[in-house]
Amino acid sequence: MTTPHPSPVEIRGLVKRFGSFTALDELDLEVRAGEVHGFLGPNGAGKSTTIRVLLGLLRADAGEVRLLGGDPWRDAADLHRRLAYVPGDVNLWPNLTGGEAIDLLSRLRGGVDPQRRADLVERFELDPTKKGRSYSKGNRQKVALVAALAADVDLLVLDEPTSGLDPLMESVFTDCVDEFRGQGRSVLLSSHILAEVERLCDRVSIIRSGRVVESGTLAQMRHLTRTSVTVELERDAAGLDALPGVHDLHEEGGRLHFEVDTAQLDGTVRALAERGVRQLTATPPTLEELFLRHYGDRS
Amino acid sequence: MSGSFTGTLTGTGTLLRFHLRRDRWLVLWWSVGIALLYWSQAVGIDGLYATQAELDAAAQSMETNTAMIAMAGPARALNTVGGQVTWQASAFGALAAGLMSMFVVGRHTRAEEESGRDELVRAAPVGRLAPVVATLLTALVANLAVGAAVTTSLVAYPLAVADSLALGVGVALCGLTFTGTALVAVQLVGSTRAAYAIAGSVLGAAYALRAVGDAGESWIRWLSPIAWYQSMHPFSGLRWWPALLLLGAALLGLGAAAALLARRDVGSGLLAARPGPAEAGRGLRGPVGLVWRLQRPAVLGWGLGLFLVGLAYGTIGKDVEELLGDSEFSRELMLAGGADPVDGFYATALLMLALIACGFAISSSLRPRADEETGRAELLLATALPRRSWWSAHVLVAVGGALAVLAAAGLGTGVGYAAVTGEWGAVVRYVLPALSYAVGVLLIAALAQLVVGLAPRLTVLAWLPLLVAVVVMLFGDTLDLPQVVQGLSPFEHLASVPVEDVAWAPLVVVGLVALGVSSAGQWALRRRDIG
Repeated sequence: MTTPHPSPVEIRGLVKRFGSFTALDELDLEVRAGEVHGFLGPNGAGKSTTIRVLLGLLRADAGEVRLLGGDPWRDAADLHRRLAYVPGDVNLWPNLTGGEAIDLLSRLRGGVDPQRRADLVERFELDPTKKGRSYSKGNRQKVALVAALAADVDLLVLDEPTSGLDPLMESVFTDCVDEFRGQGRSVLLSSHILAEVERLCDRVSIIRSGRVVESGTLAQMRHLTRTSVTVELERDAAGLDALPGVHDLHEEGGRLHFEVDTAQLDGTVRALAERGVRQLTATPPTLEELFLRHYGDRS
Repeated sequence: MSGSFTGTLTGTGTLLRFHLRRDRWLVLWWSVGIALLYWSQAVGIDGLYATQAELDAAAQSMETNTAMIAMAGPARALNTVGGQVTWQASAFGALAAGLMSMFVVGRHTRAEEESGRDELVRAAPVGRLAPVVATLLTALVANLAVGAAVTTSLVAYPLAVADSLALGVGVALCGLTFTGTALVAVQLVGSTRAAYAIAGSVLGAAYALRAVGDAGESWIRWLSPIAWYQSMHPFSGLRWWPALLLLGAALLGLGAAAALLARRDVGSGLLAARPGPAEAGRGLRGPVGLVWRLQRPAVLGWGLGLFLVGLAYGTIGKDVEELLGDSEFSRELMLAGGADPVDGFYATALLMLALIACGFAISSSLRPRADEETGRAELLLATALPRRSWWSAHVLVAVGGALAVLAAAGLGTGVGYAAVTGEWGAVVRYVLPALSYAVGVLLIAALAQLVVGLAPRLTVLAWLPLLVAVVVMLFGDTLDLPQVVQGLSPFEHLASVPVEDVAWAPLVVVGLVALGVSSAGQWALRRRDIG
């Protein structure tokens, strides 16, 4: 499993239309081998549609889609032996128990390791004897998670997998994904929970209106945004607002507040040092700020 | 039941308006359809028989035809247009009103609870009883619309006002009686499908009891609300008191439903869900195992139901001969055609059973679509399960289930006949003919599969071929439908066994058409988006 192979997911110029509505508009996405790739975007941006094309459920109208080296539409069943999927809204068979559903899905994928299954059932505190119709949303989600995580596969495709889970179970999930990556395997994680993405993802892609508008590591993305700085200087602050990359400079109670393009941070800090720094706080942009920057003008 | 009673009804008016908004087309089409059922009989009779003498002669032969009596009801005043309308339409009108009421009740109560939408509604300032009372009122409005449509169309025809009114009031009251049954069923079990199975069985039992009772002229008919309706004797000495029986039964059902509702939690049934196995057994290995496991209750339910209806028909068998013996005229009529009257009766009965089996075949063929809508297909197809195998498993279970259900119908008929006559050879004589109707059932199932493959959003179209087949079989001759239209029913092309010998050529042709249509469905499904 640890042999590095080409990127498990490669999408270029993907277009998907439903009637006159264009759901995916020239979308590009790459998940590299061994990484957890975050897939972020507001509701209706096209995350689930992308995943459904990737699973061979929807047919692409244009573009190139490679999944684990194959064509997801033509070779769906064969490729699915090597991946596991958790939808965001799991619907189980009303008269099958959770345990039966886990076994069924595992068998259809090609077998299950009973030890691993038992271990996961225990970690997620799942009661496998209940019928599908009597599970709560969170418990239905756990059934799909156990079935997916128990599988011996190269790629996990997770579409908002933790919706409905309590914080304790969410942390169990995070540990499981960490272990999965630790074995050199890859994950595509679509999520709304930014803390989860920040904690788990090596790289993220941000999608909006059917296009990926930003892609890279969190560090790279932060680099493209501004850092907030609060500073108390010994000498005169004159000339600071003329420095490249500095914005919104204002004084408040003897302290200066401003925003600086993260790429210009180095030069700014030098300029501050010349004026004698008494106290300094610099806050890197949170993922939330990144997120809002891309969606903020939506409303 | 603490707090004020009116408090438990808060929001009923709003919900009622909302339900009627959702149901306006449904109610309209059922009303028009049921009114058409009655009205078209009047048109058909007047068109078919030019003189009273002709109608008299026809009536005389019909009066002694036990098969038709078992199917439609007691023969009264058949030499009048009104009497014919009552005879031909009332039992099926009552069944249709019962089905409509069952669907109206199911979709606004159990289906809403199952989907969780009911919780959203209940979180608003809505009284505990408001959803169920609003559903009851919706069913009341729907049945009044049906009754009004029937009465209006008959009065406009024109037939006698009082008797037309009785046919309308009676059909509405039958609908309300079955509304009560459906409301009880949705309290008992946790799934809409199971509730429909219970309410549908009661409906089927009501029809079967009346068939047995009417054919044997026995007291058994008084166990059936449909027989109460017919006992109002419209157009043949109208009397109103049986309507009180219907009203009483409706109120009894509603009272029982109210008592049960008070004893259960929202979201669950009274019959509690039991825990099941923590691990899947050997059977749940592949797609066929899964689909069979999911459809097993439906196959068993339909099989048992058709076995019982067959049993009812079977026990009438001996009476056919006896009743025919009373009437020299009709015996001559039947034998002139070279047919054995008992066989003639069973040819009609088996075709009727085959048409009911189509109900199973269609709903079974529509299951893959339900898988898609709930997202379960997505879960399955994201594993190494190819679309082809998933689809084929559904087709296989639909075909196997349809054959099993038909065999059960034939078996019931044979066993019923043998139990009365002691002639056990009859079992084989009726099972095999029942199976010869299978290709027709399979073609109707294949058309449903084609709908799922080609037009997944229009699954209601899958029921159209059955509707055509039923109309052609029951009313094709009365309405004097052109041969082209009658030919649309696959059953028209099959030999009418056991009156006629099995004709192999049409059997093979219809079978091949079914195979082709089903393959086209699969071809379409493999090329379209899932979900």
